[in-house]
Amino acid sequence: MAIFSKEEAKKIMEKALSFSTADSCEINMGGSESGNIRYARNTVSTSGHQSNQTLVVQASFGKKTGTATIDEFTDAALERVVKRAEELAKLSPENPEFMEPLGPQQYADSITYQESTAKITPEYRANVAEKSITPAMKKEVTAAGFLDDSAGFSALMNSKGLFAYNQSTNLDFTVTMRTNDGTGSGWVTRDYNDVNKFDAAEASQIAIEKALMSREAKAIEPGKYTVILEPAASEDLLANLFYSLNARTADEGRSFMSKEGGGTKLGQQIVDERVNIWSDPLNPLVPSSTWNGDGLPVTKTSWIENGVAKNLAYSRYWAEKQGVEPVPFPGNAIMDGGSASLEDMIKDTKKGILVTRFWYIRTVDPQTLLYTGLTRDGTFYIENGRIKHPIKNFRFNESPIIMLNNLETLGQQVRVNGSLIPYMKIRDFTFTSLSDAV
Amino acid sequence: MKRRDFMQLAGLGTGAIMLPTSMWGKEIPVEALMDPGLDVASKKKLADVALNTAKSLGATYADTRIGRYLNQYVFTREDKVQNVVNTESFGMGIRVIAQGTWGFASTNDVSPEGIKKATEQAVAIAKANSKIQKEPVVLAPVDSYGEVSWKTPIRKDFKDVPVSEKVDLLLKANSAAMENGASFVNSALFMVNEQKYFASTEGSYIDQDVHRIWPTFGVTAIDQSKGKFKSRQALSAPMGMGYEYMDGLASEKIAGPGDLQFYRYSYDIVEDAIAAAKQAKEMLTAKSVDPGKYTMVLDPNHLGLTIHESVGHPLELDRVLGYEANYAGTSFATLDKWKSKDFEYGSKLVNIVADKTQPHSLGAVGYDDEGVKTKKWDLIRNGVLVNYEAIRDQVHMLDQKESHGCCYAQSWNDVQFQRMPNVSLEAGKEKCSVNDMIKDVEKGIYIAGRGSYSIDQQRYNFQFGGTVFYEIRDGKIGEMLNDVAYQSNTQEFWNSCTKICDKDDYRMFGSFFDGKGQPSQVSAVSHGCSTTRFDNVNVINTGRNI
Repeated sequence: MAIFSKEEAKKIMEKALSFSTADSCEINMGGSESGNIRYARNTVSTSGHQSNQTLVVQASFGKKTGTATIDEFTDAALERVVKRAEELAKLSPENPEFMEPLGPQQYADSITYQESTAKITPEYRANVAEKSITPAMKKEVTAAGFLDDSAGFSALMNSKGLFAYNQSTNLDFTVTMRTNDGTGSGWVTRDYNDVNKFDAAEASQIAIEKALMSREAKAIEPGKYTVILEPAASEDLLANLFYSLNARTADEGRSFMSKEGGGTKLGQQIVDERVNIWSDPLNPLVPSSTWNGDGLPVTKTSWIENGVAKNLAYSRYWAEKQGVEPVPFPGNAIMDGGSASLEDMIKDTKKGILVTRFWYIRTVDPQTLLYTGLTRDGTFYIENGRIKHPIKNFRFNESPIIMLNNLETLGQQVRVNGSLIPYMKIRDFTFTSLSDAV
Repeated sequence: MKRRDFMQLAGLGTGAIMLPTSMWGKEIPVEALMDPGLDVASKKKLADVALNTAKSLGATYADTRIGRYLNQYVFTREDKVQNVVNTESFGMGIRVIAQGTWGFASTNDVSPEGIKKATEQAVAIAKANSKIQKEPVVLAPVDSYGEVSWKTPIRKDFKDVPVSEKVDLLLKANSAAMENGASFVNSALFMVNEQKYFASTEGSYIDQDVHRIWPTFGVTAIDQSKGKFKSRQALSAPMGMGYEYMDGLASEKIAGPGDLQFYRYSYDIVEDAIAAAKQAKEMLTAKSVDPGKYTMVLDPNHLGLTIHESVGHPLELDRVLGYEANYAGTSFATLDKWKSKDFEYGSKLVNIVADKTQPHSLGAVGYDDEGVKTKKWDLIRNGVLVNYEAIRDQVHMLDQKESHGCCYAQSWNDVQFQRMPNVSLEAGKEKCSVNDMIKDVEKGIYIAGRGSYSIDQQRYNFQFGGTVFYEIRDGKIGEMLNDVAYQSNTQEFWNSCTKICDKDDYRMFGSFFDGKGQPSQVSAVSHGCSTTRFDNVNVINTGRNI
């Protein structure tokens, strides 16, 4: 069993620490049980189960650190791994960016673990595949999907008295439905901490309908269009923006957040004033761990407020160098939405394009946060408040900063990939070429 | 916004390098890299436990891989060592066919008891999945090779080179870049040794020792007054070589157009870092490209990625058949196009081969991960699509009798499946240097090195950037350009190929991180070619203001 309770983990880590003779010692421990099933061509292709457990010791003498890892937890093994880390530390060069471990911290209890998800069985997974494949076959559609679930824990203890522990469960599901003649394709993604919220049949049905609706797509000219982005489409672009909110690269002058003449754009309006993005580990829809890898407590943090950049992530080293408090990088992102449903947003659109998802997104220019990628698995032309017909896929070249400045409407929020993202209507979204891909 | 499968490393790329966690094993002291591991006789005994257990449980086929994966990574920035990591991962994977269905399990308990347990699990999974199996496995025959071995032909094992020598070399490159005007520099060395022992019920026992190396850096120049920054990445390539790749031999240098310097099978990291610093500074004031149609002259370390995305991936048979539909996608290169025997993938000059035996390449091995002896085969001949990339359980779908030998698993605990072999464009047969090629171009753009890349899920529409761009006007290399990306359609692009330099210009591009499958696995692959000309390609300007 790779998942240890708080008390079991604490006991093992205390034992390991008792062998330490270094100036400071930090121990990370983790374990997980995960399972998956993959299917394609309406049949199961692979399935598997993995069990992992590990304990990592970082020993430090002054600014010299050494790390050693072990996956067995007998007293002898724990003593061996601590000694090995200490030997390595003595041999290493000094790390000028070394930070002393943190002292004890207060953490809120996280809500990331659900027993139901930890109890998923191989039969459950096979049943999920069945719920995709059977309805697909009835509609002459071919299903290809992947379900991946895991339960695990992580813990941190150091010689300064800090102890942190978290348990979490997770489930990720995607399915692509293609019409048997290859002319239509649909897709959905779902992710939850609690498997009881997951309905494989409902999700699969949406992908089947999109596949059928997207047949006989027509080509329209590339150019600037008003788009309605489903949350799965915008999440990919927003994640790239979010991961770039790093103080060090901004201070160093190599980020879109660096300012002309030096300094950063912190405190400046960078996007439309209706944009509010924050993180909160205790949001019940998208919970995440209440501490990060350094042992810093992760709390509710505002990143963009009324369009103004409010925070950048500061590592402990960079914060100390800059004379500010560290700001840990969060585990989720929550973007404020509105009350409009997708149907309302379509009804209010005279001419536009509905995008299910983007694919193969890559950085083009980090200076402007310009990305390219393509639409995929359901792209539709909207005219006079109605979906008129499916259209061929487009390549885009767009920056999430420009996109959030061209915001028209915010719709309802949906959980995607551990974050809460609203439907969004954006004007002048830049499509640069057509793709024949279905 | 989870990145559970990747570890982010600061500053190396535009954005950053994301290392798959599978490339990290258990951390070990550097001396442990020298431990030879189990001897061949012990591995054979352990492999036989798995094969005999599988047969006794009713498996009709079984194979096993005992894998020991040793990695050493060195990371530096400016004058600091950020990290030196030595890792080891050891264990065994067992794959079986029972009731016509694949089953796979793995264990790091490589004792007879641990192996028996994992084998039982593999057979149980196969039997359970057979109930919903609609396509029983059909394996192409393979020779029984007996006890054989293969080793990457290296001259210097990275494990014999002291860490201090590696650190010193990176710091020397960093300091050279800083002295030549860089604002920041990050550099890294990735060194990999896969020790793999394969055995199957077909009667093969194969011991292999595979080496790979990748030196790389990112140099950034900043103009703070304008709030601008530009980066220039290394023009090295990951190689299936030992530490001798770092020797910087003059005999392996190729002079490019202008002041550019390229490297074949030996890399001079200090020289490249100096050039990178100068070029990054030049980029800060280089002119922004006028969008339009251009003749493109593409250097091998750039075109390799275009070959990878627009030829390597669409010809993977599992994609063509729909097995990857939910992740990487399917392919425009459908079976009917191949069966027609006249599908013009490219112009008549285009000859593209798959080759798992190519010296110095990342994909070179003696035998693949299901015990098939590797080989070279044609994918595109005189512009026409002639074959795919397929393994033992796929070739029957092409009415072929022999696996192509391109099956791979990233680790002992992942199941092997079809992966891209080295896919390369043959050099032109007529004498032609890069300067000869440029001489005939009226309005063109020369691109060296890899940049931004994106392609659709059926591999029609793509967009590529690069590392450095130069204008070509009236047969001469002109000034540096900024904001260049070209967009095209695979078939249209390869049909616009009008000239290929000869074999003297042939070099390899490579990637350590070709991703495929769910759960995703990485694989390392090379792509060779000479500088190549494409006419009438659509170039866009990627400059924006935010």
